[in-house]
Amino acid sequence: MRRIIESAGRKLLDAIVFAGGVFSLFMQTLFWIAVPPFRRKQITDQMVQIGVDSLPIATLTSFFIGVVIAFQSAYQMRRVSAEMYIPSLVSISITREIGPVITALVVAGRVGAAIAAELGSMKVTEQIDALETLAAQPVKYLVTPRFLALFTMLPVLTIYADLIGIFGGFVVSVAKLGLTPAMYVKMTFLPLVLKDIFTGLFKTLVFASIICTVSCYEGMRVEGGAEGVGRATTAAVVTSFILIIASDALFTVLFYFI
Amino acid sequence: MSAMIQSLNVIKSFNGRNVLNGLSLEIQKGETLVIIGRSGCGKSVFLKHTIGILKPDQGQILVDGINVAGLSIKALNQLRMRFGMLFQSAALFDSMTVGENVGFSLIEHTDFSERAIRDRVAESLEMVGLKGIEALKPSELSGGMKKRVALARAICMRPEILLYDEPTTGLDPIMADAINDLIVSLHDKLKITSVVVTHDMVSAYKIANRIAMMYQGKIIEQGEPDVIRNSTNPIVRQFITGSAAGPITDIQFKSLEQIEGERA
Repeated sequence: MRRIIESAGRKLLDAIVFAGGVFSLFMQTLFWIAVPPFRRKQITDQMVQIGVDSLPIATLTSFFIGVVIAFQSAYQMRRVSAEMYIPSLVSISITREIGPVITALVVAGRVGAAIAAELGSMKVTEQIDALETLAAQPVKYLVTPRFLALFTMLPVLTIYADLIGIFGGFVVSVAKLGLTPAMYVKMTFLPLVLKDIFTGLFKTLVFASIICTVSCYEGMRVEGGAEGVGRATTAAVVTSFILIIASDALFTVLFYFI
Repeated sequence: MSAMIQSLNVIKSFNGRNVLNGLSLEIQKGETLVIIGRSGCGKSVFLKHTIGILKPDQGQILVDGINVAGLSIKALNQLRMRFGMLFQSAALFDSMTVGENVGFSLIEHTDFSERAIRDRVAESLEMVGLKGIEALKPSELSGGMKKRVALARAICMRPEILLYDEPTTGLDPIMADAINDLIVSLHDKLKITSVVVTHDMVSAYKIANRIAMMYQGKIIEQGEPDVIRNSTNPIVRQFITGSAAGPITDIQFKSLEQIEGERA
């Protein structure tokens, strides 16, 4: 019994340390973003790595998600002869919910892991200490370019994924469910209001902050060689996933009421 | 001669273990001080304190009379420009070329023209005997070359103080001796104050003006190389002769026995 309480207490302490560390890193990042010099090349390099290189996997996942949503809803809609609402269902669920979340999860898996592994290796090979001795601030030098790149590229990727997902629904509906292309396009945009897109994109900005801050934090606190790097990479992805889904639930509830 | 770096009764603990345990030491301007001691006795931790990467739990480190731990980020960065540090693992940035590594501080902190930076980088690389390898990546270099490139990076800003963390560890004896020669010649050429942390006694005798022995987080003896060589302190004797039996290992065995006794 005592052991259970002790381990629960230790977990709670770890969680508090983690929350404090991530929050403090987030504040430091915001501070250092405002401090010159601004390294355009580093930021664009990161934007390519984070944004452009994620296009193939974003295309693949969101296309299939669009296909699946269209088929799944057709399964139900057919019974009430409401196939014409399938495009609306696809577009709303993708722009409001699935597009932002799936894109964030894909990027957390791909980019978050890469960030944690890279910074973690730099930590264990003393490169982060070396940065400090060369009078460069690790947060400024390593975290802010990644943060800015994620913050700008994740919304772009999400819009792209939204469109591809809708296209996936389009392919299924036109090829298999007997909707005309014109009808599909009309029913896609008819119910869609700007608020749907903006709430989706707002969440994306939160997800971008989560992915970057958690992954950088996990990477920069690595101890103990290759094993530590592996552990940090796993922790970065798992924690990002949990926080993305939890914050998504929070915002969905919030946006429902406003 | 005046003390350039002063460590006053510094205490630092990690996970409840005192790694530095009231360490006091003075380093004079222009000298090469070698700190010897066993692996894991806190030598590297001390170096990281002098350049402000770690902060003491208690006590102070003064550089020219200024407390390093009390500096603002800006002032600390200015102080760090006067330092160069060579890491045990070289710690080259592997995403950059050798040239970018060596010129890092110049690119970041000065408004030197590209040409001036290129010249300074070439000059620094020449000093360590590696001319014309600017375009290579660190992954293409051998261990000894990496250390020399890291040394070129450390001297690129023409620092007043150089900190070496185990400069010869992991190198073959010939390369180790080449590094020793380099440390001596840089000291003579650039008139640098050097602090070298090592457990390599050959290296220590060769480069030191003064040697300090660190044991259990404290300096237990210091003096000119001959003083250390002829020391009567049994702990120092065991270390410099490199023998497995002696007071250092006795204590270790004793504490091992204690741990096992507690377990039983």
